[in-house]
Amino acid sequence: MPDVPPLRATPLNSVHRALGARMVDFGGWDMPVQYTGIVEEHRAVRTAVGLFDVSHMGEIEIRGPEAGLLTDHVTTNAVARLQPGQVQYSGLLYDHGGFVDDVLVHKVADDHYFLCVNASNQDKDFAHIRSNNRFDATVENAGGRYAQIAVQGPQARATLQKLTPVDLAAIRRYWFADGEVSGCPARIARTGYTGEAGYEIYIPPADAPRLWNELLAAGCEFGVKPVGLGARNTLRLEAKLALYGHEIDASISPFEADLAWIVKLDKGDFIGRDALLKQRESGLRRKLVGFEMRGRGIARDGYEVLSNGVPAGWVTSGSPSPTLNKNIGLCYLPAEEAQPGKPIQVMIRNQPVDAVTVETPFYKRAK
Amino acid sequence: MYPENFRYTKEHEWVLVEEDTATIGITDHAQQELGDIVFVDLPKAGARLEQGASLGSVESVKAVSDIYTPVSGEVTEVNATLADKPEALNRDPHGAAWLVKVKLSNAAEVEGLLSAADYQAYIGAEK
Repeated sequence: MPDVPPLRATPLNSVHRALGARMVDFGGWDMPVQYTGIVEEHRAVRTAVGLFDVSHMGEIEIRGPEAGLLTDHVTTNAVARLQPGQVQYSGLLYDHGGFVDDVLVHKVADDHYFLCVNASNQDKDFAHIRSNNRFDATVENAGGRYAQIAVQGPQARATLQKLTPVDLAAIRRYWFADGEVSGCPARIARTGYTGEAGYEIYIPPADAPRLWNELLAAGCEFGVKPVGLGARNTLRLEAKLALYGHEIDASISPFEADLAWIVKLDKGDFIGRDALLKQRESGLRRKLVGFEMRGRGIARDGYEVLSNGVPAGWVTSGSPSPTLNKNIGLCYLPAEEAQPGKPIQVMIRNQPVDAVTVETPFYKRAK
Repeated sequence: MYPENFRYTKEHEWVLVEEDTATIGITDHAQQELGDIVFVDLPKAGARLEQGASLGSVESVKAVSDIYTPVSGEVTEVNATLADKPEALNRDPHGAAWLVKVKLSNAAEVEGLLSAADYQAYIGAEK
């Protein structure tokens, strides 16, 4: 028998089980995939408020006089443009231009950066950053010191505001504030992975169960629901937010993934820059594009995509969209074909089924 | 919960035999495991199915689940309401949301299926 390491559990594991959640192995973590139903949980986030346990996400802290230089060197976005309290979506790349991970960079202070990284990548990310640290900075793999709860939806602010003296309206999108939530120290970031307004709060693990229950009570009047990874995936897909292992991985560059906006080639040298410059000159071979099914069928991750009747790409994410009542997906196609309005076919159980490429995001929240 | 007059498979299908016709569906356990069902793919009337071969598929938001043919025969009727209302499978999997009716070509196959008690013991042990 091969040695299978035991699943890792977040501090909220027993809370999920008490709520009757269905648990799955998600990249080595024992996580709730749904509580009452994916569609119902999805709708709660679009119309009211949902709570997500995202404590499996990793945190990496970079500190020291040259913390900014190191962070800038290992990420694609312009760290120098960040002010204290600001957050930036960014890419961590290999020299060849493929993704190590996608990350959120929080600038705490000139000498302190806080990175939120994908759960299953955190050890790899930590090793990657440390091995590229030729700066006067320290790198800490700090995942164990934080639990993280996401409060997302139109009633997220009203829910969270009941528990914190921090003026949430004053936190702009992609900024954060350090303060208290129900008496415990918290980093409150106005970020999310759902396409809705909301907050992601970083708290001490020991306080997580109490805060979770207080948030559920605070959101009760709005119809709050705990939301599992199933709806987290449909929500992020509708908003066309990339998921590592699907839209991005070591073989995919930010340009291919339609994430050119997180690459600042003019900021100076960073890991992967030379490869990206080369790719910009030689042109992209493939690019990510959204599609809707026209025929009967649901495209799923990994299905083959045909263009003009011949294999041309693959589905990175596909699902029914609970908000749009359509079957949607993202796929890679040859770059010149990755434009909206192109008829394609998706191979579903050995049958080609009609689809058409469309503008993304599929869903955009009304401002 | 699991009707005594049905027979069951370890793949979570049920069969109700009336004379030489078998009505086939998926079990309540199967719909619970799947969650919100959003798509059902079934054969057409006239299709000949062999025991153990693919009968079609049921999809939830999250996953695709294959359905296997529990008993051989020719499809005489398909539950057409499921194309527009696949969610009926979550509400009434043992009743209105049956999948297909099959004219049995080998009635002896039914004897090899599980009884309600055996099926419940099986899903109890699976947990």
